[in-house]
Amino acid sequence: MSAPAPAAPMPAAPMPAAPADTPPPKIRVRGLTKRFGPKLVLDALDLDLPARHSLVVIGGSGSGKSVLIKCILGLIEPDEGAIEIDGRNVLAMSREEREAVNAHMGMLFQAGALFDSLPVWENVCFGLLAKNEIGRCAAREKAVEILSRVGLTPDVAALYPAELSGGMQKRVALARAIAAQPDIIFFDEPTTGLDPIMGAIIDSLIVDCVRRLGATAFSITHDMASAKRIADSVAMIFKGKIIWRGPSAEIDHPGNPYVEQFVKGQKDGPIQMEVRR
Amino acid sequence: MLDMLAAVGRGTFGFLSTIGTVALFAATALGHSVRPPFYWRNFIRQCIDIGYFSLPVVALTAIFSGMVLALQSYTGFARFSAEGAVATVVVLSMTRELGPVLAGLMVAGRIGAAMAAEIGTMRVTDQIDALTTLSTNPFKYLVVPRLVAGTLMLPLLVLVADILGVMGGFLVGTAKLGFNSGAYMARTWEYLEAEDVVSGLVKAAVFGFLVALMGCYHGYRSRGGAQGVGAATTNAVVSASILILIFNYIITELFFAR
Repeated sequence: MSAPAPAAPMPAAPMPAAPADTPPPKIRVRGLTKRFGPKLVLDALDLDLPARHSLVVIGGSGSGKSVLIKCILGLIEPDEGAIEIDGRNVLAMSREEREAVNAHMGMLFQAGALFDSLPVWENVCFGLLAKNEIGRCAAREKAVEILSRVGLTPDVAALYPAELSGGMQKRVALARAIAAQPDIIFFDEPTTGLDPIMGAIIDSLIVDCVRRLGATAFSITHDMASAKRIADSVAMIFKGKIIWRGPSAEIDHPGNPYVEQFVKGQKDGPIQMEVRR
Repeated sequence: MLDMLAAVGRGTFGFLSTIGTVALFAATALGHSVRPPFYWRNFIRQCIDIGYFSLPVVALTAIFSGMVLALQSYTGFARFSAEGAVATVVVLSMTRELGPVLAGLMVAGRIGAAMAAEIGTMRVTDQIDALTTLSTNPFKYLVVPRLVAGTLMLPLLVLVADILGVMGGFLVGTAKLGFNSGAYMARTWEYLEAEDVVSGLVKAAVFGFLVALMGCYHGYRSRGGAQGVGAATTNAVVSASILILIFNYIITELFFAR
């Protein structure tokens, strides 16, 4: 049986109005709500992400981070709300229109999600091959070039994902995410399961790739070291709402007891973890 | 009493809901099968997997079934001096029933399980979500090639099974039971009609579709890691086998009940 935490007062999500001359955000989320049965996972969540900006959303397990990213990517249908990408509401689009929008996005999954029946080079250029933008010979050459950008040698191209270490799989997944030169790249727990050194290497590759592409980056993580390395700004999600947002430099002194407890990993504080008894 | 009725009601709703979900899944897949893009490499790979790599198991099953059928019918028919009907019984049984049903069940075990396991693993490791983020429709990429390949390849397998089954009966008939080879072949052709073979091939196409549908459906909907994939695999084989037996009766009724 689940014992809910005692209700704690939550600060309102700071959502300053944009000045009139500010360009529209790359991603705008308004009133996003998602329930799974009786559980409210996203609670009228609002979020703006400017173009060429790297936002990291932090939050505890079950706080709604993954559901948020899946809603934006079109993998989960929200119950209510709007998601605009480049000013267009993607929730009102047909499947074909949505696929066209997704073609300008890249995604690095937590566990890589590499296609284990395909060699590395086909994984990397999968999106390009699927859209017939490139022939198989050219795709192989292109994959080798992209792999070199994430620090992998050409011989890796012929291997299958099962033959790679966890760090190499993450690099290949990153190569796949950037292969189509996306405008927006999503990172789901990019350093989970990696040792600290490999985590730092992946983070620096992410920063490098995002800057080189001039892309907008949206990451979710609970690895604070990783968040500080890859974020321009950090937002915290708690009980399905964004409760704090600020520059990554302020994350150690956020002035918000929820964020402070989470960042410092303190057991006691306003966040009470739900436990099963 | 009310509890029992409630349980029966829940079971009935669950059953009807499953039928509806499977029908929607099949309709979605069929809708995608006529709209581009088509993934020809996946289709050819599935054809090879279903058609070519299933040949040994289907061939062995068919040839031994034909041999057993000849032997059993000979010993049975000898009781009322009807041994001459052995060749006819073998060819009609193989083409109408045993060829498609046995090939269908063998392919359900081999291919249906493999499809459910492969697609199920892709589901629980986010590979299907990855397809979506790469602007690739998972139905078009994973389900359609398997459904079309299953529907087209099983009739070819059954054609081979029919020939090998008849050959098995011929071998036993001529080498063990003492039939004249020319007379045996003449009796084989004498009562065989096109409808016998066609009904078997229609059954095979339907069974191929059902095996692929169950493999894809259970794999696509699997949840919960290794245990979920295992359950999907079992469900795919069991449901495909049951559906083969049910549709075997329905198609037989359509072709032969007059």
